[in-house]
Amino acid sequence: MSDTKKSFLIINRKAPYGSSAARDALDVALTISVFEQPLSLLFMDDAVLQLLPAHNPAGIGQKNLSANLAMLEMYDIDQLHVCREALQQRGLRAEDIELNINLLDRSGIATLIKQHDQVLSF
Amino acid sequence: MIFSIVVTGAPYSSQAADSALRYCKSLLKLEHQIHRIFFYADGVHNASELAAPPQDETNIPSEWAQLAEEHKLDMVVCIAAAVRRGVLDENEAQRYEKSSHNLTPPFVLSGLGQLVEAGIVSDRIVTFGA
Repeated sequence: MSDTKKSFLIINRKAPYGSSAARDALDVALTISVFEQPLSLLFMDDAVLQLLPAHNPAGIGQKNLSANLAMLEMYDIDQLHVCREALQQRGLRAEDIELNINLLDRSGIATLIKQHDQVLSF
Repeated sequence: MIFSIVVTGAPYSSQAADSALRYCKSLLKLEHQIHRIFFYADGVHNASELAAPPQDETNIPSEWAQLAEEHKLDMVVCIAAAVRRGVLDENEAQRYEKSSHNLTPPFVLSGLGQLVEAGIVSDRIVTFGA
């Protein structure tokens, strides 16, 4: 394991079910935290739907993602950034999300990307 | 500059695989270094030896294998994503009691730690997604 630190940003863009993207991103997030690298997560587009509480995907044969998302705080991944515009476009309010989030507008997102060494997009 | 590449798109379904291949060739031509190419999600199908595209189409898995042989590239396939999708090496085929295996050498199966290590060592990670 390398001693060097790199800051990672994972950008989520897809809805929680319907593709493996959300789960794939979460697995990478947990691995980055095992390597003790600084990590932030950004939720844009349909990925804001990942943050809603009380998923019930059993009917489509999927495992529930929201428990894993809540687990992020246990792994010291507490930087959850959310695109304000994506929430608005989908008629969602910040209060609908029960996790600790930071709302960003477009320029805030640009700054966030600039602040990180590595960006992974799912 | 040291690059690592992530491919999450399957060949022939998305342009991701072909674009990643072209991008890697350009990097090498410009004398950049490629630390690792990591195949994740549907990208694991890039490593299937059993892909048999029509002769007038690019054989993407064998193009990857050729490029890796020529330039001694490290091509890692996420093991969890691969075994789910039926891309197995000999070891995994035995472990899951399957009758055959299809991982093209020199691709190797390994864990997500290899993706994170690539991020730590490289100046840039570039993702080619579906």
